[in-house]
Amino acid sequence: MRAALLSMRMLSREWRSGELGVLLLALTIAVASLTGVAFLASRISAAVAMQATHVLAADIRLESPQPIDAADLVAARRAGLRTARAASLLSVVFEGDRGQLADIDAVTAGYPLRGEVTVADRPFAKGRPAPGIPPPGEVWPDSRLLATIGAHVGSRLSIGAAEFRVGRVLISRPDAGGTFRGLVPNLLMNAVDLPRTALIQPGSRVTYAALFAGAPGRVAAFKHWLAAHARPAERLRDISSTTPQIKSAVDRAGRFLSLASLAAVLLCATAVAMSARRYVERHLDTVALLKTLGATRRFTAWLATLQLLAVALLATVVGSALGYLTQAWLVYALRGVLASRVPPPASLAPAGMGCLAAVALLTGFALPPLLQLSRVPAIRVLRRDIGPPRPLMLLAFGPAAAVVALLIYWVVPDWRLFLGFAAGLAAFIALLTLTGALLVMAAGRLRAHTGVAWRYGIARLSRRKADSIVQIIAFGTGIMALLLLGILRNDLNGDWRRSLPADLPNYFFVNIPPQKRDAFVAYLHARGAKTSRMMLLMRGRLTGIDGRPVAQMRFADHRGEQFANREQNLTWSATIGAGNRVVAGRWWSPADYGQPLVSISTEFEKWLGLRIGDRLTFDIAGETLTVRVASIRKVKWDSFRPNFFIVFAPGPLDKVAGTYLTSAYLAPGPAESLAELARRFPSVSIFDIDDLLADVRSMLDKAVLAVQSVFVFTLIAGLTVLLAAVQSSRDERRYESAILRTLGASRRTVLKGVLAEFAAIGVLAGLIAAAGASVAAYFLTTRVLDLPYAFSPWACVTGLVGGGLVVAASGWLATRAVVRQPPLATLRADI
Amino acid sequence: MPKTSAQAPAARSSVLKAEHLTKQVESPEGLLTIVHDVSLEIASGESIAVVGPSGAGKSTLLALLAGLDLPSAGRVLLEGRDLTRLDEDGRALVRAQRVGFVFQSFHLIPSLTALENVMLPLELAGHARAHEAALETLRQVGLKERGRHYPRQLSGGEQQRVALARAFVTRPAVLFADEPTGNLDATTGAKIGQLLFEMNACSHTTLVLVTHDRDLAARCERIVHMDAGQLR
Ligand SMILES: Nc1ncnc2c1ncn2[C@@H]1O[C@H](COP(=O)(O)OP(=O)(O)O)[C@@H](O)[C@H]1O
Ligand SMILES: [Mg+2]
Repeated sequence: MRAALLSMRMLSREWRSGELGVLLLALTIAVASLTGVAFLASRISAAVAMQATHVLAADIRLESPQPIDAADLVAARRAGLRTARAASLLSVVFEGDRGQLADIDAVTAGYPLRGEVTVADRPFAKGRPAPGIPPPGEVWPDSRLLATIGAHVGSRLSIGAAEFRVGRVLISRPDAGGTFRGLVPNLLMNAVDLPRTALIQPGSRVTYAALFAGAPGRVAAFKHWLAAHARPAERLRDISSTTPQIKSAVDRAGRFLSLASLAAVLLCATAVAMSARRYVERHLDTVALLKTLGATRRFTAWLATLQLLAVALLATVVGSALGYLTQAWLVYALRGVLASRVPPPASLAPAGMGCLAAVALLTGFALPPLLQLSRVPAIRVLRRDIGPPRPLMLLAFGPAAAVVALLIYWVVPDWRLFLGFAAGLAAFIALLTLTGALLVMAAGRLRAHTGVAWRYGIARLSRRKADSIVQIIAFGTGIMALLLLGILRNDLNGDWRRSLPADLPNYFFVNIPPQKRDAFVAYLHARGAKTSRMMLLMRGRLTGIDGRPVAQMRFADHRGEQFANREQNLTWSATIGAGNRVVAGRWWSPADYGQPLVSISTEFEKWLGLRIGDRLTFDIAGETLTVRVASIRKVKWDSFRPNFFIVFAPGPLDKVAGTYLTSAYLAPGPAESLAELARRFPSVSIFDIDDLLADVRSMLDKAVLAVQSVFVFTLIAGLTVLLAAVQSSRDERRYESAILRTLGASRRTVLKGVLAEFAAIGVLAGLIAAAGASVAAYFLTTRVLDLPYAFSPWACVTGLVGGGLVVAASGWLATRAVVRQPPLATLRADI
Repeated sequence: MPKTSAQAPAARSSVLKAEHLTKQVESPEGLLTIVHDVSLEIASGESIAVVGPSGAGKSTLLALLAGLDLPSAGRVLLEGRDLTRLDEDGRALVRAQRVGFVFQSFHLIPSLTALENVMLPLELAGHARAHEAALETLRQVGLKERGRHYPRQLSGGEQQRVALARAFVTRPAVLFADEPTGNLDATTGAKIGQLLFEMNACSHTTLVLVTHDRDLAARCERIVHMDAGQLR
């Protein structure tokens, strides 16, 4: 207790003297970057989820050609979810004798569960949020419908057997993206009115939907239950099925963010370790003196521990506040760039994580040296060369290694990746150590052959062996982390930019009859559209695997069952599509054409447990076709081009009738040309994905923003390492340069010596860092981010030149102030 | 004229007793004997100077006597307690309660003010009125006004005075001083020496003084010569 009190008093004196400054700074930045990233990541993923759910008007949506079982809705409400129902069908709407085919959506109270319906009093006016859904007896047609039939608010429309009053004009609704927009106008009505219309007859094509929304955990649990209970024709849609583009982009951004915050934390760990080392060096005398004056070892150990705890506490509080404020400011500053709202953080959990990280960093990187400090013998007061006894390697590096391992596992919770990661890091540090040792040795040889400035610098390298090696490790790790993140960031941003070029197809055309195929393409080309390849589309069902009927098979993944039970989109192709990569087997050559071969995507492979050579039997429009799996493709679903799980070789599908699909980019222009297209090719369905693309673009903007801002955090962490390194070498330099100058060396000579030393360290560290970063980037881009890797020579150049320059500059900074002082002041101040 | 013997004056009780102290260390040239079979008895209240050429082993002997280091052979009795049989913390406790130190290079803690430096040993010993006692002792060394100054703001002589205050503030039974004037110019050194003996006289502390300074040594009741690790 007495020890605790006295320790706290000692601590307050240490504060005043600024001894703990760098330690505190390093730790604060570590906490700030961890919490900032965590807050940002959680907010952005919430924003993405929200935006995606708007497309569904719900968190999950169950669609079926048959009415949805009421039991599902009851179960959902019992599980604490909100529900609504919708039915959608095509019918002609009349005002007097003027009629127009419209997509009629009958919804129940509560619709939409996510997003909002906007309405106005006049067609094409600016919308305002609607108060609920149309009351019974009232409908809300959209502007185009009203314009076509010449109606207005207050007109009476007949739909089927019933008559309705136009209450408002529908301007927008969240789940419009799924309908045939650009072709068919829209009308919203109350579900209680649907029976009156008598539109629903046996055989009429109606899509029924149940909408569910609620707290994320409950939604996830219910989705699981639904997936297990879904009937064959039912289709479960959630965020991932609506916009795989957004999901995969955001997943990647999330993984990058985690990697970046890991890098920031590792950088801070380096800074913490270095400043702890400096703290120890500077306090050897003090602790020895305390012991001489009668302090016990327990007391001095307590002193260290309590000081660390206080530092951790302060760093946690200041760091989390800083992290929170920074991300809040970022979101605020960029509110113009972000198309939609970013919700406030859901919880303060990220702050707790920052706190844990601070304690972990201190325990791993600062506590061992500080405890070691408490072992310095009292005799040091008489013999300055006596330091603490050498620690056991395990005790000195064990905690640090354990903390790093824990942090890595936290970020990449996958054993194989984790092992790769940890092994890579260990190898990298080993390489740095080895290089450091070699440099030290070479410097020893070299010193006789150089001028006085270089000799002074190089001599230091070989004399302070441990210091030089530690510095190479610190600088090397720091430069490596920054380079690596730089490379990854470029890969990521580049990929996003590439995947969303300005002329990305914004229309999908489905159901193109084979005989009109060429005319259709010609028509589009004549209007300046850029089309992607035409693909045959037919529907078919997988009925057997290796002769066994799938109906009797069980699959490990519930998605397997869904796949086996549902009609699939099938196509054939001679060439492999852009964004597709064969990961097993091989793509067919002209010699294989006509063979019963099929290529499947990795998802299909995984969910159904398939392998190369398996025989798949399909039922396509009544025809049975058995084909062999020739290749497995990894498909980049976020490429916005038509892609298929199942692709046949040219030939086998020739006998089966199908339609074609394609996508095209149409510059924004008059709606007439589309209307004309619809008239000329009445069977073709047109999907307008402009809004979806806008959504995706806005999401990617957020992801890019997150990536950039995290990079900033990491840069700051890198600067902290530099600061710690500068600080740690300053004390000794102060004394040495004073002696050198007393002996007649000019300031320039001293500075040149320092530059020589640091440039040597920097160039070497930069070289190894560039190599390490390139190797690590290869693995991370291909294994973690799922992107193609391109070697970037700029990283090597930056590493080498940047390393040398930055490190030399830091050495210069460390020494400049020291050299400015008159030598006498320095020597006198040295007590 | 001071005596030059290893025996304490017979009349007074002995406070510090060294028996056949030997200190050997490993060195690149093999085992090195720094202190060789030294026996010494110091009486309560006595002042003794250890003199000898640089490298004779004086500081090492002082460290052994104060329990800062353990001998390779022999033992040290401080007020009857065998320091060589205590562990590190046990010896620290003895130092906290019974021993004071003054060093050649002052050894003030740079992050503490003069007053705090003086308070430190009291605080370590759990003294209740550390502040008042420290202030009073600072007054005795003539630095009452400089209590809030940091060591680097003080001259060498002033720093050594703070060190003296720190050494005497706990009223130690034995004060060990290793070349207390070695880092000071002659005039300042003389003043510090003067102060040291004044304070020692006031507090009846036993003084073990290692010095090069003949004048300083001459003020002690007894002088022992040390050369190549042995007393002569
Ligand atoms: N731990 C040690 N290791 C190696 N040599 C030592 C050690 N301690 C003392 N010495 C050597 O023993 C000799 C005596 O040292 P010291 O007691 O400091 O002498 P003095 O104080 O008389 O000048 C010196 O040569 C010193 O270098
Ligand atoms: Mg000495």
